[in-house]
Amino acid sequence: MSATVGIEREHGLELLRQMLRVRRFEEKCVELYSATKIRGFMHLYIGEEAVAVGAMQALTPEDAIVATYREHGHALVRGVSPGSIMAEMYGKVEGCARGRGGSMHLFDAATRFYGGNAIVGGGLPLAVGLALADKLQGRRRVTACFFGDGAVAEGEFHECMNLAALWSLPVLFLCENNRYAMGTAIERYESETDLALKAASYEMTAWSVDGMDVLAVEEAARRAAAEVRDGDRPCFLELRTYRFRAHSMYDPDLYRTKEEIERWKQHDPIPALTARLQADGLLTDDAVEQLEQEIATEIEDAIAFAEAGPLEPVEELERFVYYEGAAP
Amino acid sequence: MTVAPTRTMTYREAMREAIREALLADQRVFLMGEDVGAYGGCFGVSKGLLEEFGPERIRDTPLSESAFVGAGIGAALGGMRPIVEVMTVNFCLLALDQIMNNAATITHMSGGQFAIPLVIRMTTGAGRQVAAQHSHSLEGWLAHIPGLKLLAPATIADARGMLAPALADPNPVLIFEHGSLYNLEGELAEDAGTVDIERAAITRPGGDVTLIAYGGTLPTALSAAEELASTGIDAEVIDLRVLRPLDDRTIIESVARTHRAVVIDEGWRSGSLAAEVSARIMEQAFYELDAPVARVCSAEVPMPYPRHLEQAALPQPDKVVDEVRRMIGVPADE
Repeated sequence: MSATVGIEREHGLELLRQMLRVRRFEEKCVELYSATKIRGFMHLYIGEEAVAVGAMQALTPEDAIVATYREHGHALVRGVSPGSIMAEMYGKVEGCARGRGGSMHLFDAATRFYGGNAIVGGGLPLAVGLALADKLQGRRRVTACFFGDGAVAEGEFHECMNLAALWSLPVLFLCENNRYAMGTAIERYESETDLALKAASYEMTAWSVDGMDVLAVEEAARRAAAEVRDGDRPCFLELRTYRFRAHSMYDPDLYRTKEEIERWKQHDPIPALTARLQADGLLTDDAVEQLEQEIATEIEDAIAFAEAGPLEPVEELERFVYYEGAAP
Repeated sequence: MTVAPTRTMTYREAMREAIREALLADQRVFLMGEDVGAYGGCFGVSKGLLEEFGPERIRDTPLSESAFVGAGIGAALGGMRPIVEVMTVNFCLLALDQIMNNAATITHMSGGQFAIPLVIRMTTGAGRQVAAQHSHSLEGWLAHIPGLKLLAPATIADARGMLAPALADPNPVLIFEHGSLYNLEGELAEDAGTVDIERAAITRPGGDVTLIAYGGTLPTALSAAEELASTGIDAEVIDLRVLRPLDDRTIIESVARTHRAVVIDEGWRSGSLAAEVSARIMEQAFYELDAPVARVCSAEVPMPYPRHLEQAALPQPDKVVDEVRRMIGVPADE
């Protein structure tokens, strides 16, 4: 059965809108990076949008999110304001982390967005701990932990799979398998490339999903999140996806062929959903055009917000090394 | 004047009582680490707590330092007040990424949005012939890191009183318990409560030289001071207590009175806490000094197993006495 059967127009449009927002935002980031408005390391999510957009449908505002350094899309879809994300990348005080973190370290307490972690695998223990806090306090929440395939090679991955399963913690592990740990193909660094199998060996429900199909991702994430929330135990999804752009702005992308990239672009999740909605008579060309215009305006507003914002005074350099005030 | 009633207890018992009190006072507090439950703690600190508080709050962990230290950080972010026990500072290296890249940075990296009210306790130090992978004092490494607070209780009162304020602190606090102190016995006032976690303490006042120590080297400094007293040299002993942020004022004021300082540190000399303290004295009290600051540190060698070599590698009272005599100009053989 196709996962698209019975899709409602409103919901289909929303998924498309979210994926387009991420795509267009990332494309604008490239321009701004080239214009030296954004500096440092920057990792783009282009090609992988279906994963964050699909998975995030299964979460409620009370749930927590832990993400990686390739997290602009996750923050946007979660509801962190585009202006504060852009201002963060500009290093401005209105940024979602006051400009202290930059592209790789987006944080937002209001949406329970716990970063932006740039140590591969480093977010997994945090997710385990957030879930432990929920369990100990009797809250029925999910902690969604996004991480890449590269993290599976880290010891922390195995420690955390074990601990989450052993203690029956409500973590939804979302492994974004884009087939490369920076420039090293998965076949060149993993003895077992079936990542769901690894997770399953820790006694948790785990399966692989076509990460280029937003509806398939959503369906799997809803099922997995329900198991986590109601079953009070972790669940693991391997989302098979691909990044169309290089690892970061510094990457000359010499380790894979153009043919491979082109082959994956045939599975671009945005045209795929567009075609599906059009075939079902749920989407007109005008509607697409309108979406594009709304998104362009939203991004222009975000850039204007970032441009207008002030830089933090140097006198404040040493603030926030220690928390100001009592812990909440 | 009435004397407050006291009771005798060990450092280990004081620490246990502090943990128990914290668990009773706040449902958000829990203890996790290797062998803290059924075993009763590798050093016996948490003995009996599993029976009293149950496995939800006294959590035995797998040997996964990175995961359970990181889970402590996550639980603190999630509103809990975790006490994480790492068996020894040597094993905390397996969790150093979590300590450094998450615990110490998230508050700053998030622009001050998130507090990390986490306590990590660990044993440190040598003296038990357990060789080079269980004996090191790495406090100096961790004291290098902005975003952390480091405590080194060296007395019964501090073992009893430092935990509560550490848990109340919105930042990650590391507590170093020197292995040789657990059996230390002393008197504690019946009503002894919390202590400050900001200031160094003058443990023994004196006028001729300042001996600066912390944790396991406090007894070394005190014994050196006793020996010096027998030859007419009046040493002041400072217990640093707080290794980050350092309490410069107490150190500098003391040196301004005594004009001489010896720093005693079980860490290796190069890049040590002793080096930091010494540099601060140079920076802030250079013109008060009658002699260069001296350091008595561990020999720069991975800790050897045989007792005579281990003892030779560690700071000893006679080395401190020799340094002071040299500094004051008293011949060593006098």
